[in-house]
Amino acid sequence: MGAYEFDLWVFMLAAFLGFQLIRGVSPLLHTPLMSLTNAISAITVVGAILLTGEKDASNLSRILGFSAVFLAVLNVVSGFLITDRMLKMFKRREPDKK
Amino acid sequence: MKLDDTLLPLLYMLAAIGFILAIKWLNSPATARRGVIVGEIAMVLAVVGTLLRFEVVQYQWILVAFVLGSAVGVPIAYIMPMTAVPQRTAFSHACGALASALIGTAEYYKGLDQGAGFSKVVMVALVIETLLGFLTFTASMMAFGKLQELLAQRPITYKGQNLVNLGVFAAAAGVGLALIVSPERSVLFPVFTALALLFGVLLIIPIGGADMPTVIALLNSYAGLSASAMGFVLNNKLLIVAGALDGSSGFILSIIMCRAMNRSFTNVLFGAFGQLQTSSAAAGEAKPVHSATPEDAAQILDSARSVVVIPGYGMAVAQAQHKLREMFDMLTRRGVEVRFAIHPVAGRMPGHMNVLLAEADIPYDKLFEMDDINPEMANEDVALIIGANDVVNPGAETDPHSPIAGMPIIQAYKARTVMVIKRSMNPGFAGIDNDLYYRDNTLMLFGDAKSFLSSIVKELGALAKV
Repeated sequence: MGAYEFDLWVFMLAAFLGFQLIRGVSPLLHTPLMSLTNAISAITVVGAILLTGEKDASNLSRILGFSAVFLAVLNVVSGFLITDRMLKMFKRREPDKK
Repeated sequence: MKLDDTLLPLLYMLAAIGFILAIKWLNSPATARRGVIVGEIAMVLAVVGTLLRFEVVQYQWILVAFVLGSAVGVPIAYIMPMTAVPQRTAFSHACGALASALIGTAEYYKGLDQGAGFSKVVMVALVIETLLGFLTFTASMMAFGKLQELLAQRPITYKGQNLVNLGVFAAAAGVGLALIVSPERSVLFPVFTALALLFGVLLIIPIGGADMPTVIALLNSYAGLSASAMGFVLNNKLLIVAGALDGSSGFILSIIMCRAMNRSFTNVLFGAFGQLQTSSAAAGEAKPVHSATPEDAAQILDSARSVVVIPGYGMAVAQAQHKLREMFDMLTRRGVEVRFAIHPVAGRMPGHMNVLLAEADIPYDKLFEMDDINPEMANEDVALIIGANDVVNPGAETDPHSPIAGMPIIQAYKARTVMVIKRSMNPGFAGIDNDLYYRDNTLMLFGDAKSFLSSIVKELGALAKV
């Protein structure tokens, strides 16, 4: 089996898993869900690091890679933090104050 | 060398498991924060695993980018008001998509330099990655501009628009195909990039504010798919998995949004909402309505046993969440059961209204989905509508000619008394007249949502002292 065929299988299974998982998420949390998956998809930082950190990368690679690391890290950091900030606000009714 | 073959693939695998668990645990508020922590750990594992790889030798630029990215990202996460979360989301889709497009571009030129040629598979993935990346970048920036109100919210349409859009897309796809066939014709790449960027802009121009939830979700999906395509280019399973999760998430959310408006994808993307129906609104002017004062409203609420509040985005625009919470507290203390009915498209992105109410400290077990509360609506004493319009319009069920015909609504009209806080009788954003306002059991509460609610709260306080 060729590498790409294997990759396609991985993609197909992950997409199905994604469908199943997301359908279980209550609409209550759809906004945090979107910011979380947004942070997760910033996994492109992996590709950006590989490009930027290479030994004899061309200037073009270095500049594009650097920008991509910056953009992806921005998404990772702000995505996870804002998701947590939102989730912190979701509380059940407090057991009556006073 | 050893490390790369044995330990690092394991780190990536652990990271993939972490992402999957993160989404799984997001299914309930009780476990959701745990999900975020697992997601963060997974991301750290992936980044460390990548930094350790033997091809990565130059660290200084990576570190600088890390510091800069965090320096911008942290303040965004903490300062951003919750009403602006849709804008932030659109902006981060733009960043993510641009990142993968730039990486794709760099990979292409790197491959050209090395002169080893591209396999067809890599080239297909590369074209998909950059196409989705660039078009999502400009489309998300346009969405950001509309949500931030830097651009006109109204859809902008012109004759032959769909033809132009399709033409540009076909051109981009055609040039992409040519690149796949002969990757060495590097002159095509800038053309391809420009067409993809242009298409992103054209795609959003005809889309109005009311359709933003669907569009944001769709762009979320594209950004994920672009990351997944990068996984094919780099032969990296973690990217494929993470991108596929994001891609399916955005896709499902946009389907949910479409269903909540009873519209199809093609209709959202090519059907420019808010165009045809302006004429029908004029006929409604003369019909009489019943209006009431804050005092009347407070008395009705006070003597009710159960109240359903139906908030719309207008409530958030008026910044009335916290007053609403005060009213909720007072009524709850006096033994009135207060619940909130949330339409899926209330707010500017999926689930937005829930976040806004949670921020005002309204407990989430009082927030109900449309389908759960509709069957109970006939037993409710009061339905209080604040800043919502189309989502409670009975015309969607009864008038087949209504532009929103067939859209599922919260059946507020079934409640014994309906109260609507509204600035004036002007038809709402979409310009559709609402028959609910003229019914005998409907009381119109004219005024700004925030000040009206605070008057109600004051009156309730006065009643409590009697």
